[in-house]
Amino acid sequence: MKSLIRLAICFTVLIQSQLYGQSDSMVEIEGGEFVPLYGTKTEIPVGDFLMDVYPVTNAQFQKFVKENPQWKRSKVKKLFADENYLKDWKDDETLGEDQFEDAPVTNVSWYAAKNYCECQGKRLPTVDEWEYVAMANKEKADAREEKSYNRFILGWYETPNTYKNRIGQTFKNYWGVYDLHGLVWEWTLDFNSVLITGESRQDSTGENNLFCGAAAVGATDLMNYAAFMRYAFRGSMKAKYSIKNLGFRCVQDVKPEAL
Amino acid sequence: MKNSKTSKLKLVYLFFAAAVLAGVLTSCEKAVAAKEQPEKMKVYGESEAELTAPPMVPRPVGKRAATKLVVNMEVVEKEMEMSDGVSYVYWTFDGTVPGSFIRTRVGDEIEFHLKNHPDSKLPHNIDLHAVTGPGGGAESSFVAPGHEAVFTFKTMNPGLYVYHCATAPVGMHIANGMYGLILVEPEGGLEPVDKEYYVMQGDFYTEGENGERGLQAFSMEKAVDEDADYVVFNGKVGGLTGDNALTAKVGETVRLFVGNGGPNLVSSFHVIGEIFDKVHVEGGAMINENVQTTLIPAGGAAIVEFKVDVPGNLVLVDHSIFRAFNKGALGILKVEGEENEKVWGGKIAENVYNPGTTASAEVTEEAETAQVSEASLAEKMERGKQVYTQNCLACHQATGAGIPNAFPPLANSDYLNADVHRAIEVVKFGLSGEVEVNGNIYNSAMPKQNISDEDVAAVLTYVYNNWGNNKTEVTTEMVKSRK
Repeated sequence: MKSLIRLAICFTVLIQSQLYGQSDSMVEIEGGEFVPLYGTKTEIPVGDFLMDVYPVTNAQFQKFVKENPQWKRSKVKKLFADENYLKDWKDDETLGEDQFEDAPVTNVSWYAAKNYCECQGKRLPTVDEWEYVAMANKEKADAREEKSYNRFILGWYETPNTYKNRIGQTFKNYWGVYDLHGLVWEWTLDFNSVLITGESRQDSTGENNLFCGAAAVGATDLMNYAAFMRYAFRGSMKAKYSIKNLGFRCVQDVKPEAL
Repeated sequence: MKNSKTSKLKLVYLFFAAAVLAGVLTSCEKAVAAKEQPEKMKVYGESEAELTAPPMVPRPVGKRAATKLVVNMEVVEKEMEMSDGVSYVYWTFDGTVPGSFIRTRVGDEIEFHLKNHPDSKLPHNIDLHAVTGPGGGAESSFVAPGHEAVFTFKTMNPGLYVYHCATAPVGMHIANGMYGLILVEPEGGLEPVDKEYYVMQGDFYTEGENGERGLQAFSMEKAVDEDADYVVFNGKVGGLTGDNALTAKVGETVRLFVGNGGPNLVSSFHVIGEIFDKVHVEGGAMINENVQTTLIPAGGAAIVEFKVDVPGNLVLVDHSIFRAFNKGALGILKVEGEENEKVWGGKIAENVYNPGTTASAEVTEEAETAQVSEASLAEKMERGKQVYTQNCLACHQATGAGIPNAFPPLANSDYLNADVHRAIEVVKFGLSGEVEVNGNIYNSAMPKQNISDEDVAAVLTYVYNNWGNNKTEVTTEMVKSRK
């Protein structure tokens, strides 16, 4: 019975999000092809989709937890979230003292993030989708060869505690999306599909050719360094991990009738 | 029937006897093997490893048996000082660069707990060169922020080994300070000495040039080009000088565990004023004696030992010498105690030397210029800059900032601005003993500069008219008058 109610709530939210979910909170990303860091030199196709302009905030996730009590800190299944889950919250439903409502929610597991998006009628972005949108700076859809773009990202990697900042304070990129770089790491649907083992040097030399050539990084492919760290980070994840610097945002497929 | 039974019984006895004999033989072999094959060494008991921040090292293992040793190490990313007014976001093992010193003996069973602080941005791992196994532990220790990885290994080979982070991009993790040393002592331990210290060199690459103030970001371009801005001992300029200087007493034997984290540069490790009595070459079993400078590769180490016979400041340097005087690879070992004139007589005379001939035409030129009228301020500034670059810059630095605890600053210098005549004498005749400059005590020696009076005037004018000093113009006449 209880779970039926939960489902009902989940659906209500879903319907609501269908009604106005695509308005100003999401922007359309026009698909295309790109060569990601890993793999062969061939281009990967990415279809059209909608992406959240901002990462999911503390306030939004707080609402979600209240509506879906199985995701409360005290109730969550150990299989779905480790001990760090919502660790800095005061209790099951209250944010910590130094947490802003409009700061990105962090310390959430992949399961929780995935379910949150599903309840909004959305889903987590794939690594390819995320990386595709994250190639953009303010002006260009693919700014990976811009020095300033890489410097910004590397600079952020070296700045501690940015997870405490509010959303929307970094730059608005080519697509109209904020905070892909400079705020928190973000979960992706298939975060662990590119296997960076703990032994990163083997990845570039061994039989798996994931990083063919990437180990011999010359001055020309500096852009790989920033992306390299994201893949390394994702490689260290397990789905139940909850991490202070890791949040998420959702995407939605473009419905055929909407086109 | 009965016969066959007894013969069977006999056979059983025989088999039994053979088995016992074989058992005795193999157990005997095992005892021999354990000494030569550390993997067969038994471990006794369990304890938590004592870890120390540089420059200290944990207590020697002495005669203790192999044991199970639990090592707890935490990865912390934090901002620390690189040089005066310059800071950097270091990635560290246990919050220091280099990371904690780990001391084990051969045959120990190590249970390594690598914890990554929840505030960390990145996943990290550890590759210990003392490990026999895939990636030196890197794969098994890969750990996300706010998590802990545990792996075990047995120390198979005695020696001094580097450990470092090996997470992609490996070079960057090392360049940010993720390295340290692990010592595996042989059975029975290293020979006891009076003092032991932990020193590790590293090169750093910053967006700003050496000395540029503020928080400096890591420069991947410079790292790829191997164009280091800082080459330092123990993580920062001044990591081993001033209050951080190492100390010893006359007559003591000092052992330095010296590592080189790199990421790029190979160290020409040298101690000015000493000769290494013993060097465990590359941290291994081979011992070389009477060594002046030992090469320490990036990702390598050496153990150097020497007895200090006379008091004074011994200077640790990378004898690729511009790194020492211009990039920070300089440390002090302060030796206190009784003079020993049999070993070091010191200066016993200072005489005039006049061979009566000139070695070059310069002196006559000088004589000519002496008659020429005083140079203009602009000329002096230009000449002064050249003189400064040739004679002063190595110690006092291009910005006049000096090197903390070693060479006093000329920029905004109260000592300089207080007395121009004293300044002239320092340049002309040298200076030794304690001086106080801008509130800091310096106690080293500046040699007299063998330059003409005109050049003394020019260089001092240059110094006084730069870096916030009081704009005194020094004339050749003023210089000549100080005798």
